[in-house]
Amino acid sequence: MTEKDPLNVVVTGVGGQGNVLISQLIGKALVKEGHHVTIGETYGASQRGGAVMSHIRISRQEQYGPLIPEGQADVILGLEPVETMRVLAQYGHPGVIVIANSRPVYTMAVTTGAAEYPGTEEVTRLLGELSSAAWVINATEIALEMGASILTNIIMVGALVGSRALPLGPEGLEAALRDSMPGDKLEMNLTAARRGLEEARARQAVAG
Amino acid sequence: MASIATGKAGTSELFMGNEAIARGALEAGVGFAAAYPGTPSSEVIGTLAEVAKEGEIYAEWSVNEKVAMEVAAAASFAGVRAIVAMKQNGVNVASDFLMNLNLTGTKAGLVIAACDDPSALSSTNEQDSRPFAKWADLPLLEPGTFQEAKDMTRWAFEISEEISNACMMRTVTRVSHARGDVELGERIPPSKNARFTATSPVDFTPYPVPFKHHQLIAKLTKVRELFESSPFNRYVGPERPELLVVTSGACWFYSLEAVKALNAGDRVGILKLGTTWPLPERFLQKNLARTERVLVVEEVAPFLEGNLKEFVGGQMGDAGPLTFYGKRSGHIPDSGELNPNLVAKALGSVLDLEVEGVSPEYVQKAQQLTGSHTHMRAIGFCAGCPHRATFWSIKNALKLDGRDGFVTGDIGCYTMALGPTGYFQVKTVQAMGSGVGLACGFGNLARTGFDQPVVSVCGDSTFFHAAIPALLNGIYNHSNFTLMVLDNSATAMTGFQPHPGIGKTATGETTPIVDIEALCRAMGVRVEVTDPFDLEGTTEKLLDLLRDDGGVRVLIAKRTCGLVRARQGEPDYRVHIDAEKCRGDDCGCARLCTRVFQCPGLIWDAETGSAKIDEVICSGCGVCADICPAGAIINEAV
Repeated sequence: MTEKDPLNVVVTGVGGQGNVLISQLIGKALVKEGHHVTIGETYGASQRGGAVMSHIRISRQEQYGPLIPEGQADVILGLEPVETMRVLAQYGHPGVIVIANSRPVYTMAVTTGAAEYPGTEEVTRLLGELSSAAWVINATEIALEMGASILTNIIMVGALVGSRALPLGPEGLEAALRDSMPGDKLEMNLTAARRGLEEARARQAVAG
Repeated sequence: MASIATGKAGTSELFMGNEAIARGALEAGVGFAAAYPGTPSSEVIGTLAEVAKEGEIYAEWSVNEKVAMEVAAAASFAGVRAIVAMKQNGVNVASDFLMNLNLTGTKAGLVIAACDDPSALSSTNEQDSRPFAKWADLPLLEPGTFQEAKDMTRWAFEISEEISNACMMRTVTRVSHARGDVELGERIPPSKNARFTATSPVDFTPYPVPFKHHQLIAKLTKVRELFESSPFNRYVGPERPELLVVTSGACWFYSLEAVKALNAGDRVGILKLGTTWPLPERFLQKNLARTERVLVVEEVAPFLEGNLKEFVGGQMGDAGPLTFYGKRSGHIPDSGELNPNLVAKALGSVLDLEVEGVSPEYVQKAQQLTGSHTHMRAIGFCAGCPHRATFWSIKNALKLDGRDGFVTGDIGCYTMALGPTGYFQVKTVQAMGSGVGLACGFGNLARTGFDQPVVSVCGDSTFFHAAIPALLNGIYNHSNFTLMVLDNSATAMTGFQPHPGIGKTATGETTPIVDIEALCRAMGVRVEVTDPFDLEGTTEKLLDLLRDDGGVRVLIAKRTCGLVRARQGEPDYRVHIDAEKCRGDDCGCARLCTRVFQCPGLIWDAETGSAKIDEVICSGCGVCADICPAGAIINEAV
């Protein structure tokens, strides 16, 4: 779809959800197809249950810096609903495309009862209102159905490719998976990516 | 995988900055690599260790940064190119050796990769390492891109050999821990002729000091000449810009983007410096003559700004009157990392331009819709973390002891016990090992009326790094405290690197385990060992040690890191809540499990008004079953 250059993608979630792995997967696939790619990641302390974010910048022309300026994300891939909202508020604009997982990871404030977590309907409505197109995917539930919650991020990356928001097709993603996944895990990850792809393609985005 | 070793010259690979540094070292024929892990530097040596065997090089995790620099220097002395990497705090640790190494000089190329962490994203400080290069009279390079990280590393070895001294390269988190496409060059094999030969009795010493000092400064003059024609220094912009941005490191990208965002390409020029000490003076003079106004964009200290002003001041007017903007003028923030927005703001305020952003209506709507949901996500111990259990017991033991005891902390995941998931137990944090040093001091205040019990906590890797001398000091000087070694058999915070207590080297070879318990016993102190998941046993042992006043006592809380256990296989238990027994808000426990214990695997189900296990997050450690007064949390053996 879009020819915007640079294309700015934010992958967000909570430490431990596999943010780094998928931003690398996308980045490697795009470098292979001749793009300049820069990825900025939050690391370290944020690994331990904190909010994490990867900034991916894709260009046909030149290398960009590792941080996306505020208000300039073109695509947001959210592994967690509230983190998706947080990134939208800082980096979103009316044209942004959002692909978000529906499963919450509660903040301590929610767990201790000091705050409330919004329901999925509310999340879907908000994401739709703040974007030009939004997909909310039950990726964790699909992953649990497949027998391993760890597949959530691969399902989400499949959905991202399915949304056609990236200059990357299913073949490119599968090639990147084949390159980076160990043999015994490959089939399961390919299936997960395809499930995500179908989820995004089978459904209309919620329009803002 | 391992493309840092196998990637072919001419192809492009997506590399993390630290991987690019490692590849640059391989292209320079590095034969020896050492470091103590520390974010954001760890992957330089981590990556080299992964490919060490096939590359026929040696790589090690040293016990601390000073030793790392020493072992690397030995390789250089014997004619083998060596690299040593460290985070900014590590430069302090290594600096005692560095300030003698500079006078001594080197033989084969020796590169010091210092990775700074502006904004202290994973650090206790955000100190700038660059002044160390100036202080030690050593050349300093600052890569601004991933390609430069690789190419400069290769060049740094050549510079080092040109002047027979170490060359320092300073990166920041946004170079070291970011990724970009890098075009690879040819690799050369490491030297196989290691041999130590001293040509004079003082060849490998700083003696005679004034002579060697004089030599050191002469080397710097030679470097300055090399830097005058470096391709890593360049100017982009109009012939005579209204404003000249002088920048280095990651700020190069931010400056480019800020100029673009303001559409100010015809008014602003950017002078990008890759060699920031010593400054290439003729090159600078030529470029400063383009303008009357200079904005210095850099992280973290006003290092470049100060050096530029010093240079211009020394020119006695040759450069013409210049107005400087930067940290001193308040245009660039005095602390924290920069980003394109901050640089655009600084440029805008100097040039009187407005940055065009997202429509205010969207920003307002976004705030309105998301604001109530996006409260802070505090970091804390993972599900299954032994530290949560340990601090639960520490909290209880100190309470039972009742003498207002407290905990001095150290550097590692357990620093998070400053916060709610460690029950706010840790009260001090400074440098590696300094929790034990502080405990030594507190424990010798009895003569001045001090009567509180002191507990010092340090991790296993920190114990080896810097806690041992402080422990010895406490024993020798009759201090009174309890050291708790939180032994989770991992350097968890930085990525699970092995250390002397693990039995594996950086390259995966088996090595004898240094037994912390036996080591402490050999020092002649009382030592107890506990499993932190045994809450009652740990509390009792700590309480007993607290009451065993006089001298130093050691309690080793031994349980493998939860993340490592999760990788190793099945969880211990399948944990669930017995809905009959959990009476929720009617229980009287005031939601002890979710409100106080605070494990992310335990959540509150508002609909049913009871606790619930999040099966995606729960690691099955089963510790929470012991804290539920109603016995409603059930551990089912797997």
